[in-house]
Amino acid sequence: MTATAPPKRIDNQILKWIGITPFALFTLLFLILPTSKIVVASFQTPDGAFTLGNLAGLWAPSIIDAATLSLKLSLVTALFGCLLGLVIAIAVTRGGLPVWLRGGMLTFSGVASNFAGVPLAFAFIATLGRLGLVTVLLRDWLGVNLAATGFNLISFTGLAVTYLYFQIPLMILIITPALDGLKREWSEAAQTLGASSAQYWRMVALPVLWPSLLGSFALLFANAFGAVATAMALTGSALSIIPIILFAQIRGDVLNNPHLGYALAFAMIVVTGVANLIYILLRVRAERWMK
Amino acid sequence: MKRTKFWAWVAAAAGAVYFLLPLIGTFEFSLRARRGVYSFDAYRSVLSDTQFQSTFLYSVIMALLTIMIGVLIVTPTAFWVRLKLPAIRPVVEFVTLLPLVIPPIVLVFGYIRLYNTSSFLPLTGSSMGTNLLLMLGYTTLALPYMYRAVDTGLRTLDVRTITEAAQMLGAGWITILARLVLPNVLVAILSGAFLTFAIVIGEYVLAALLNRPAFGPYMVWMGSNRAYEPAALAVISFAVTWGCLGLIQLATRLAPHTRAKR
Repeated sequence: MTATAPPKRIDNQILKWIGITPFALFTLLFLILPTSKIVVASFQTPDGAFTLGNLAGLWAPSIIDAATLSLKLSLVTALFGCLLGLVIAIAVTRGGLPVWLRGGMLTFSGVASNFAGVPLAFAFIATLGRLGLVTVLLRDWLGVNLAATGFNLISFTGLAVTYLYFQIPLMILIITPALDGLKREWSEAAQTLGASSAQYWRMVALPVLWPSLLGSFALLFANAFGAVATAMALTGSALSIIPIILFAQIRGDVLNNPHLGYALAFAMIVVTGVANLIYILLRVRAERWMK
Repeated sequence: MKRTKFWAWVAAAAGAVYFLLPLIGTFEFSLRARRGVYSFDAYRSVLSDTQFQSTFLYSVIMALLTIMIGVLIVTPTAFWVRLKLPAIRPVVEFVTLLPLVIPPIVLVFGYIRLYNTSSFLPLTGSSMGTNLLLMLGYTTLALPYMYRAVDTGLRTLDVRTITEAAQMLGAGWITILARLVLPNVLVAILSGAFLTFAIVIGEYVLAALLNRPAFGPYMVWMGSNRAYEPAALAVISFAVTWGCLGLIQLATRLAPHTRAKR
């Protein structure tokens, strides 16, 4: 900081820029450079020459399988997260429910959307695992053997159900403002013109909400795609999704090619980057109606 | 209209069941350590574990340092950008949002390769250096929340006028920052700080890959070696997270108060 700068007219162009040096230095060293390092190295051979071989190496069967699984997991949890989150958000914002319920749901969503990670996995093991509360209650009260129905927590379905615990709240958080933006006048006008409730939703509300919904989908997708800790704590390495493979690669070069690891990380940035870009673009579009 | 309300209740209730069951399930599970009766044995065993104590303490210290560094970097920047460089505000905002786009695992991968023992800044060469790297990594993860919190706090402030007034009275930049800006955005900082605390306490990926004895890796270790203790740990982290988020609510409720005084 320029502590001794006198409050005169010396604060010219150069001084102006000195003020953000700490921030610029920090983000350069711990955000920009590390990311650039990954991007550059994914186009380099171990000797430093340019190559596309690392990216081509991503087409190995094991990585394709992991990518498919990752994409499937992210798509499924984003889709169900969007649908269920939207239904709950509509219920608490427009269903005529008491106000405390809305406040409670939003506060809870604020917490739960940040609760991805190790404890979440433990919570689901304690609930739906082999000896979990719900598993035991279903067995003792209803005589339903959860395992016999083919449900296994340490599987794709189990992981998806666990992911929804932070996906649904995230959806509630980002879609509620959009739902609040639906003006009362619009539904009144529709009603006056003789529209049914279904017609109002189909022809007025949904077209307005559409960009917000798609944008939320993109954000939820990116959110699931980058998550590691929950999956690791829940399944160990039983499910090889992309972030878990990358984790193993960083720890011990399981792919036997350090530069393939860079390519994998680069691919992750591309996927989450594109998803976030879609989110931002659609949000700008959605905000046209929010004035 | 009545039918709508019925379905609204059904949807809200179904959501509540899905959200509450894992919480209840975890708590119930954590009490099962003693055969046949409910007891707090799992908690006793966790709390008396020296590993728990040291890793939890480590993560708490990490979180506090992260908050401190975050405040020191973010507050002057947000203030300066608003005062002198409004033109680059979109750029700064974009940069602060990047940690939400780049997955943490990719970020830490970059750290490990960039700051290894043969690099220009060999942070991973010593345990103190790695601690520093982890803390700065956490600061990066917290950047989006911190910056947004502080910038929102500054919005209610007429930065230009108070700065000019302070300068006319002979205040230097440090005085302006410490005695004018900081007190005014303190409530905003608090809400960012509590969120940062909640994130850092349970963080796993960075700590595990940098090999630091933090609470996250300890929880994973417990998860693969014990039966009931993990549930107790989950309840404890739930409590910490809820505590932090509750404090955010409290902080934001105090916010209009400080604004009115201006």
